[in-house]
Amino acid sequence: MSKPVQEKLKILADAAKYDVSCASSGSNRQNISKGIGSGVACGICHSFTQDGRCISLLKILMSNHCIYDCAYCINRKSNDRPRATFTVEELTSLTINFYRRNYIEGLFLSSGVVKNPDFTMERMMMVAKKLRLEENYNGYIHLKAIPGASEELIRQAGLYADRLSINIEIPTEQQLKKLAPEKDFKGVFVPMGLIRQGIIQNKEERRKFRKAPLFTPAGQSTQLIVGATPESDRQILMLASGLYGKQQLKRVYYSAYLPVNSYDQRLPAIEGPPLLRENRLYQSDWLMRFYKFQANEILNENQPFLDPDVDPKLAYALGNLHLYPVNVNTADYEMILRIPGVGVQSAQRIIMSRRHRKLNSMHLKKIGVVLKRAKYFITCNELPVYTKDLMPERLKHQILLESTNKRRNPLDTQLSLFAGFNQALPAAPKMLKP
Amino acid sequence: MITIKYDGTFEGFLTVVFECYNQKLEPGVILGEGRGQGVLFSESMFVETNLEKGNRVWNGIQKRLPQELNQLPYKLFLSELDDIEMKLFQFLQKLFDSEMDIENDFGDPNTLYLRKLGRKVNFEAMRMLQFVRFQKTRDNIYFATIQPQYDVIPLIINHFKSRFADQYWLIYDLKRDYGIYYDLDKVEEITLNKKQFHPLNGKVHKNILQEKEEEYKTLWKDYFQHINIKERKSLKVQRQHMPRRYWKFLPEVS
Ligand code: SF4
Repeated sequence: MSKPVQEKLKILADAAKYDVSCASSGSNRQNISKGIGSGVACGICHSFTQDGRCISLLKILMSNHCIYDCAYCINRKSNDRPRATFTVEELTSLTINFYRRNYIEGLFLSSGVVKNPDFTMERMMMVAKKLRLEENYNGYIHLKAIPGASEELIRQAGLYADRLSINIEIPTEQQLKKLAPEKDFKGVFVPMGLIRQGIIQNKEERRKFRKAPLFTPAGQSTQLIVGATPESDRQILMLASGLYGKQQLKRVYYSAYLPVNSYDQRLPAIEGPPLLRENRLYQSDWLMRFYKFQANEILNENQPFLDPDVDPKLAYALGNLHLYPVNVNTADYEMILRIPGVGVQSAQRIIMSRRHRKLNSMHLKKIGVVLKRAKYFITCNELPVYTKDLMPERLKHQILLESTNKRRNPLDTQLSLFAGFNQALPAAPKMLKP
Repeated sequence: MITIKYDGTFEGFLTVVFECYNQKLEPGVILGEGRGQGVLFSESMFVETNLEKGNRVWNGIQKRLPQELNQLPYKLFLSELDDIEMKLFQFLQKLFDSEMDIENDFGDPNTLYLRKLGRKVNFEAMRMLQFVRFQKTRDNIYFATIQPQYDVIPLIINHFKSRFADQYWLIYDLKRDYGIYYDLDKVEEITLNKKQFHPLNGKVHKNILQEKEEEYKTLWKDYFQHINIKERKSLKVQRQHMPRRYWKFLPEVS
């Protein structure tokens, strides 16, 4: 009756691949009791598929059977597809054996809804529990919480998982109802609230007793599908900003809608996924998380969509020319971060180096500033000021002319994974330890 | 200006630094045994490695560098680049002679060069954490071969030791012909005289591997194929993150 593991693996990897949130960062789980595995705070990518995406976790569905019929989902009940379900044992064995060979950082388990939400959530929780308690496994575990699962099961899942997530998928409730009639925002936001509460409570407990068990130490994340419904970029960014703020989410992922069920009339007819739009949203997300931008600074009421021609930071600069040029030798860090062509690392280097000497354009270039872009927005000792007499539209035109079409690719975001790398290295050269 | 020779170890190099200060030497070239080319006809002396002197220099470095950079000189040394000793020496001179945080003076060409090189060494170590692939042998050892650009094995020991604490493992550097072996208790540096693998590509003969090994490799390859989204094909990005020179060690692409 049951298919061989290899068959299941193919079917359930296929079914899982549209979920983009493959990050394993944020957990520093120690290897206790000499078992197997540890988390590295920055996350590690172990391979890259032909689409250029990182494989960090064994991202897989427990089952692609589903009782629901969401319009945007390839696993919806009304699709005629090969279906499979892993047993708890099969999943733990696959995870452990891949992990021991250094293929993966851990497990990212999601599932279609088999029978009912509780039945599904319980099995997923069992996989995590078995890995932790029987296999002595301390690697990363990310579980998708199933909307509608009971509070108790979600609490238990949180005890064994590093991260829990619930996908919002569709940015407004009205549209969600249209595409996924069996779902509503309550089914998503109630468990999200529960997990948040659990995390806050757990932090309290661990302050008092250091030995209190962990509860989803890497926090929660969610995913939004972009382009299946008519929401504007501004609506999406405002939602994301609320999720980072009030809901204290660690990551929001944006997934360009892939027309998997093009027969469904409720969905827009598009040729391919809106990848450029997805990229611009990720760039904006970065501005919010690392460049101290507010959502409404990136897009305001008069401007609901991101400019496809230029990245959102350049767009901001062009829309706020009165704030420029920035003097790199005197401006504060926040403002230096807002210079197009200056990344977080260059900004920090500028702040540190200018204590030693006045910086000129040669220094900036060596430090890693993209002068071709930055030159319009800075003054340092000798650079002529370009912006003074140019109108935003002309300036934009000029910058676009100068930049070859080396568009930065959507996966640049992954480079951040290396940011916290030092922690993985030893404290001192072996021979020199006293 | 004289040429100073030493045994090629990091401790030896630190001893050289010590002697330069102690005897007020002005080196033109610092030359480790087996590291780089000598300069003919120049006056040269040999400095004997002395752990105590080396340690004094190391402790001095530790006092002056902030915590997140305190391994930098060691990492730079592991780059094995020609002339790295002189560049490092000049950096250390500044470090010892100045009251300022000279390590952050990115306007200084030598400092900038070394800070960037430090990142490259870090990056290469990171790539080992990413791309090491173990194969389980019949003796229950998880075995992997590597060929890193820089000599990063010392930088990855702790990671592998704490992550794979309950399995025997061996990671072997084909280029430098040495490896590290973990026996469930401690990690040791070893050199294999009789090699059961191809000296260039590290391929292990099937009959020293466990039966199940091929099965897991196949499962992993299948997973790799099926998690890919064809509509988003982007080979350039793939190669940018996973350069070709690592591929021969990766079952999913070789
Ligand atoms: S509940 Fe999930 S798996 Fe089922 S159809 Fe909806 S999105 Fe797909």
